[in-house]
Amino acid sequence: MSGIIGKKIGMTSIFGEDGKAIGCTVVEAGPCVVTQIKTIEKDGYKSVQLGYGEGREKNTSASVIGHCKKANTTPKKKLVEFKTFEKELNLGDQVSIADIFTEGDFVDAIGTSKGKGFQGVVKRHGFSGVGGQTHGQHNRARHAGSVGSCSFPSRVFRGLRMAGRMGNDRVKIQNLRILKIYPDKNIIVVSGAIPGANNSFVILEK
Amino acid sequence: MNQLLKVVQEQFKDKRAALPEFKAGDTINVHVKIKEGNKERVQQYQGVVIQRKNINTNGETFTVRKISNGVGVERIFPILSPSIDKIELVRKGSVRRARLFYLRDKAGKGARIKEDKSGMEGTEEAPKA
Repeated sequence: MSGIIGKKIGMTSIFGEDGKAIGCTVVEAGPCVVTQIKTIEKDGYKSVQLGYGEGREKNTSASVIGHCKKANTTPKKKLVEFKTFEKELNLGDQVSIADIFTEGDFVDAIGTSKGKGFQGVVKRHGFSGVGGQTHGQHNRARHAGSVGSCSFPSRVFRGLRMAGRMGNDRVKIQNLRILKIYPDKNIIVVSGAIPGANNSFVILEK
Repeated sequence: MNQLLKVVQEQFKDKRAALPEFKAGDTINVHVKIKEGNKERVQQYQGVVIQRKNINTNGETFTVRKISNGVGVERIFPILSPSIDKIELVRKGSVRRARLFYLRDKAGKGARIKEDKSGMEGTEEAPKA
């Protein structure tokens, strides 16, 4: 699976050939640098590691600086491994959008969803709440209800959906169509929404 | 707005430039392309603009209200919609707000809008009798 690392710019809408408006996300992707080639002999599996995003030397750990120096490049903020590329790649090679994607392709987008904080079961798991104001109910409109039975099983089952931290998860959205590519500006326009806030890292996989 | 986002919106710049300037209160005539089977024809829809939403974005829309056979009709158009053939500015209106929802509660004489004659060249205000 080949892919590229980018940054979410924002959303807008464009009109397709059939005249319908399509909501789309604009991503600034690449050019990425090949920072490591993993081989079966040395690492036990095959993959290519790409780096994206200029990091400041002052704020980057020495191990990352040294790692990037091997590929003869500046320190990178985000390093991601991809399994296979159609093209043979060498250490230090540049990978840009046009090398991997063409307009009309379908891609998977991976991002980190926006953190929502501590949320109740209605928002977090889509519970319906109590759903009424009558029959004596006055203080539990958005509660989960019972979490289990009585003396059997005398415990709450593991994995029961409850309130808690929501968002800030790695989320993959599959099969988004590439509407447009601007190779000179490193911009790629993908139909639909991509998880995460603007300016957050996005991985596009083919 | 992010500069890179503007790059994507740039492709509709010509289409936007081809449209006349209009705002809430103006009467406009929208030529709408309508597909019937394989044939395409143009239908005109004339009325008062009562609002423009999301101005200067690709998602900008405007709402046109007219009274058709005694029934109020409102139609919302995306400004960059390919089905808009052209827009004619029929009459400029002078109004004091950007959203003219009060027109919905008015009918007949009460729903009139004063004409804005300020920007018109070569036309002087009619002398009072």
